[in-house]
Amino acid sequence: MSSPDTAFPQPHRPQTMAEKILSRRGRQTVYAGDLAVVEVDQVMVVDSIAQSFIQRMQQDLNAVPKYPERVSIVVDHVAPASTVSVAQAQKEAREYAAATGVRLFDVGRGICHQVLMEEGLARPGWIVLGSDSHSTTYGAVAAFGTGMGATDIALAAASGKTWLRVPESVKVTFTGELRPGVSAKDAALEMIRQLGADGATYMSIEMHAGDRFTRGERMTLANLCVEAGAKTGLVVPGGEILDLYDVPAWVYPDEGATYVREVVLDLSSLAPRMSAPSEVDNVHDVADLRGLRVDQVFIGTCTNGRIEDLHAAAEVLRGQRVAAHTRLLVIPASSQVMESALQDGTLLTLMQAGAVLGTPGCGPCMGRHQGVLAPGEVCVSTSNRNFIGRMGDKDARIYLASPAVAAATAIRGEIALPEDVRPVSA
Amino acid sequence: MPRIWKFGDSVNTDDILPGKFAPFMAGEDLFQTFAFHYIRPEFAAEVQEGDVLIGGRNWGLGSSREYAPQALKKLRIGGIIAPSFARIHYRNLLNLGIPAFEADLTGVLHDGDEVSLDVESGRLTRGEEVFQLTPPPEFLREALREGSILAFYRKYQRFPGEQEADP
Repeated sequence: MSSPDTAFPQPHRPQTMAEKILSRRGRQTVYAGDLAVVEVDQVMVVDSIAQSFIQRMQQDLNAVPKYPERVSIVVDHVAPASTVSVAQAQKEAREYAAATGVRLFDVGRGICHQVLMEEGLARPGWIVLGSDSHSTTYGAVAAFGTGMGATDIALAAASGKTWLRVPESVKVTFTGELRPGVSAKDAALEMIRQLGADGATYMSIEMHAGDRFTRGERMTLANLCVEAGAKTGLVVPGGEILDLYDVPAWVYPDEGATYVREVVLDLSSLAPRMSAPSEVDNVHDVADLRGLRVDQVFIGTCTNGRIEDLHAAAEVLRGQRVAAHTRLLVIPASSQVMESALQDGTLLTLMQAGAVLGTPGCGPCMGRHQGVLAPGEVCVSTSNRNFIGRMGDKDARIYLASPAVAAATAIRGEIALPEDVRPVSA
Repeated sequence: MPRIWKFGDSVNTDDILPGKFAPFMAGEDLFQTFAFHYIRPEFAAEVQEGDVLIGGRNWGLGSSREYAPQALKKLRIGGIIAPSFARIHYRNLLNLGIPAFEADLTGVLHDGDEVSLDVESGRLTRGEEVFQLTPPPEFLREALREGSILAFYRKYQRFPGEQEADP
């Protein structure tokens, strides 16, 4: 794999993180508004576009992946297959991977973003393209992650490169510390509320958090950036990231870089937040929505299906029972998460409380299988989208929240705060 | 004569094509019949070749699913005009060769208006009225002239706007 540290002319004025990464990987100094053709370090293909991807590669481009080791196919959106046509599409993906030498992560390995992160296929300073809009998640480790459609993904696999308009950047600075019972998800939802669902369209959200937040929490923050329209969401490396990764010095933003907007978010002032139907930026305090009857609670997805999310839910659910009229669905984000949760007893706690487990993967998040909603049903989900019809019927309503709030809601059978079901430990 | 189909703000990719009707779920030949299934159920049956979609702010927010614009392509729409587009969707539209113009015409054009759209010049006409639209950036038009970005890459083995291919 080529090194992002290839020499190139030094910039003549301070750069944002996005400008720095695109300059390195394009081997020229670029600023917001410039067009850059850049080397791509990893291309991720999900099962739901695998057929389109293969068709574009073979029929439209007559090409094979230029660097097979830089391409990964992940079977996660409908895993295991729900219909014969889905099974056929996944079979073709397996055969394509075997024939071309690209990586394949098959049914049950987990959600694409979680799996790539676990496998070290996203690293500081890299450019990672995914055929899933939440590919902004890789910004958690200072990789320029961005979502694209099947055509762009095929072009990147065939050429090893892509074209990008260098984005303007919004600077978000987190200050203070989260109170108990409040999580990175709440911080992310508040950030979306402040920016608005199109507040960062075409832009990079550059998040300055110091040493706050684990890798998993940073993934939650970066994941939701696309819900403000962002092209990418980059968290400035700090804390756990410095222990886990070799972070090159050049990746940090320069003092005096140009931002189109700056937002300061005081974490200590934050209460648990919730997105009400049917847009992600329709954010409220959970306290204001408390008491609404809920039919299903879903804990999982690329936003909040990690081990720390299951721990947060288990802490609330330990020794409690899910309300009789409510279903609690828990789907670990990956096989590794599931194994950890099995070994440390988390799964037992969740199951004793009445949770139903699903195969690691995306679950019902995009309305294709495993827990879709009936007309009129209400779901509290730890996922990232509450669009009409997203998770089943168009008359179902989806509320987005943190794992702790989701767990409390499952116990009460109505929207609730963790403190409603047990004292919050200081 | 092509007609206008007008939509509101924040039409998302689930509105354009609900996930459960994706090609690999609904079938490659059928998925376009579910375009706007929930918000405009008559659309797929009644839309005619060349019809123009007028959208509000942030058209196409949401998923990277390219089969959303692909469904519109299969229904042979003439183009989409909206004050702002979500970026992944905008890219998908142009990659597939669906003209997308950033302009706010929600206040002046109405459902069923008969119009003609000349993509190359960016001129939209309704009767005697002419609306001048800003065409996509040059490097994208460079690709569109070859039919699609795939056709461009296949011919030149480089991206539009890229000075020269890597040695």
